[in-house]
Amino acid sequence: MSDQILQAVEKHYMKDSLPQLCVGDTVDVHVRIVEGNKERVQVFGGVIIRLQGAGLTRSMTVRRIVADEGVERTFPLHSPKVAKIEVKRHGHTRRAKLYYLRQRLGKEQRLRDRRRGLAHLIEPGAEGQDQAAGQEAVASEPATSTAAAGS
Amino acid sequence: MVAAPGLGKRSWVLETVVMPAALLGRKIGMTRIFDASGKNLPVTVIQAGPCYVSQIKTAQADGYDAVQLAFEDVKPRNSTIPLIGHDAKAGLSPKWRRREIRVTPEEAGQIQLGQALTVEVFDGVKFVDVVGTSKGKGFAGVMKRWGFKGQPASHGCERKHRSPGTIASRATNRGFSGRPKRGMHMGGHMGDRRVTVRSLELVACDKDRNLILVKGAVPGAKQGLVMVRAAKRLYKRKAKLAKAS
Repeated sequence: MSDQILQAVEKHYMKDSLPQLCVGDTVDVHVRIVEGNKERVQVFGGVIIRLQGAGLTRSMTVRRIVADEGVERTFPLHSPKVAKIEVKRHGHTRRAKLYYLRQRLGKEQRLRDRRRGLAHLIEPGAEGQDQAAGQEAVASEPATSTAAAGS
Repeated sequence: MVAAPGLGKRSWVLETVVMPAALLGRKIGMTRIFDASGKNLPVTVIQAGPCYVSQIKTAQADGYDAVQLAFEDVKPRNSTIPLIGHDAKAGLSPKWRRREIRVTPEEAGQIQLGQALTVEVFDGVKFVDVVGTSKGKGFAGVMKRWGFKGQPASHGCERKHRSPGTIASRATNRGFSGRPKRGMHMGGHMGDRRVTVRSLELVACDKDRNLILVKGAVPGAKQGLVMVRAAKRLYKRKAKLAKAS
């Protein structure tokens, strides 16, 4: 009961639309910065290495390299200071927290793109067609179709 | 806002609101909210009221003026006949918890038996005190209970790393005639006692759902019974803020 009430309260303060974020995604975070009475937007781009919390307290930590130095910033997703989040790429990960990226240098830090499967090849149309396309894929390339089912 | 004569003996006592600005409630839990500038506020959500006036005590009859608030229904079979009768006198169904709030005679005159009080009693109130029962910690040693430093990890210290050390010598002014001084801090039961947190900022009121949001933490576990009242005293900074409104 408590948690339901808490969720209802949080909902009132939460943002309506946030992009779906995953650990390993490369994102551009648009941050509102107030200097004196002027406000401007700064973009912080990097890889999400951690998603934490739930509801209103959900936050993400973004890591990027500035002048050969790793910089990490944690953003509460529902803060009004976070004006916009753009997802640029989906990285392939096998961990929930990517702390191991801190030990990596240069090109080692890159993440393989997440497999998109075959979903994007299927034309949006009748269901029958979709199924047929899926079956073809299974027949020809079983490995890829598993990825399609997962995505 | 009218000064409450009974309470106004010291300068730091605030003017109180005419209604008894106090409610019983349940602690719902903590979360955070952001203000317009993006500042993060840790808040506790409390379901406050509705409370019902189950008894009005007067100086004439009882020796002092007070209002008894009753909170939340209880099944009659879980109550007792005397309590059911007590609530029925005020025209109420059996209630779960009751607390007395001291009021002035003028305030008491404006209140009716059986009257419902909702979060609206906090209209115009900026700071509140919250009274609750802290979480029980069981039997705790002096390090946890009183913040003692304990004994060294090495240098010949054996099997007494968390002990309090000496509690008195034979006859010193610290102890008395060979006994430990009264009130010496020792291990014992910790928590599960009445705790008051003063002057928490009242961030928001939700009149539809009887919820209030106060800044900061509140004693006790979720679902625990708390009493919320308008802050009895405020220090300078907060008093200024309260007056500005």
